[in-house]
Parts: sequence; structure tokens; C-alpha cells
Amino acid sequence: MAEKATIVVQSGEFDKLYSALIIANGALAMGMEASMFFTFWGLQRLRKGQLDKGPLSKMHMLGLGKWMVKRRMKKANAVSLDRMLEDYVELGGKLMACDMTMEIMGIKREDLRDDLITDYCAVGSYIQEARESTITLFI
Amino acid sequence: MSETIKVDCAGQNCPVPLVETRKALRKAAAGDVVEVTGTHASSKKEIPMAAKAMGLEVLDVSEDGDRWTIRIRR
Repeated sequence: MAEKATIVVQSGEFDKLYSALIIANGALAMGMEASMFFTFWGLQRLRKGQLDKGPLSKMHMLGLGKWMVKRRMKKANAVSLDRMLEDYVELGGKLMACDMTMEIMGIKREDLRDDLITDYCAVGSYIQEARESTITLFI
Repeated sequence: MSETIKVDCAGQNCPVPLVETRKALRKAAAGDVVEVTGTHASSKKEIPMAAKAMGLEVLDVSEDGDRWTIRIRR
């Protein structure tokens, strides 16, 4: 069995999701398995059309900071969150959606990127994945 | 008959060269060679790290200015 990386994505900020997806893709690219658990503000980003809509965690400045960062990213040829999510799924990464967050925040399956989500689950599934992971992160 | 699969990642930044290498390796058949070219400096050392972690053989790493080419046997 391959080694595994398990990441809880609790934050919905643009830069934090960026870090989470880079690490997750890196893990898959280096031959590990990967699971990402989306909960709370993180799960908002799996709503249709919302993947890159989060603010920056620092220096957002009503969107000006994010606009600048995105411009610099384009210049550096850094890929989009959409592209990274596609790559993640193509390389066999699992996307898990927290069902309690859905209930609390009134999110329905049809609001989410249901085609990409592997499973709708709760903490038990996370622990089950994490207990056999060599890397676990909470972002 | 083994094939050579070429992947051009010149100008691409982290994590694209690593991810594209992995995609190509997944598609390759055993014995095929994946040849990745790029300019992202860290990937030059990280792609061989990934290959070794997956138990694959790095045939060679060559450089031409800031452009590198890595060949991996699947």
C-alpha cells in the first residue's frame, strides 16, 4: 500500500486553499495517495463556481491585495486553483465533504461540485484515513 | 516495444513539472521512458526524488543553460 497524505481543509481563503492543493498534488506526484477533507469555510470553496472566490488570509485589502497576488501569479506562470483541482482528481486524489457542515450551513449536494466529490462523510472517515497516513495537515 | 513519452514543462512553475511527470508515468507502460524538460529549478532535483520514491530508475539528468531534461524509465 502506498503512503498517504491526509489534509483537512477548514479554511476558505484563497492562499490557504492554494497551499493545500499544492501539497496534495505534490504528494500524489511523488507516489503517495492523498485525501482532502473539506469542512466549514473550506467546504464553501467546493460550491459550484466558488473555488477561487476566497479572500486572501492577509492583506486582502477589499480585494486589491488578491488582485495583485493573482496578477503576480499569472506573471510567475503559477497555475490556477481550477487546474490544480483537475490534476488532483486526475491523479486519483480523494475529495471528502463534511456532511455536518452541509447541514449547519444549508448546503445541498446540488450546490457542490458533486462530480468531483468522492464521498460525503464525517469525522470517523477522516480518522480512518488519517490513522494510516504518514502526513496529516490541518489547513 | 518501449516508447519515449515527452513532456515539455518549460516555463511552468511549481507544482506543474512534478504533476505532469506523474501523469505521464501513470499513462506509460512498464519499460517506457518518460522524458521531461523544464526550467523550474527545484523540479530538477525533485522529479528524480519522486522517481526514486516510486522505485523507478532515473536514466539521466542533463542541462542546457537553465533548461534541464530528465529521463525516467517506468
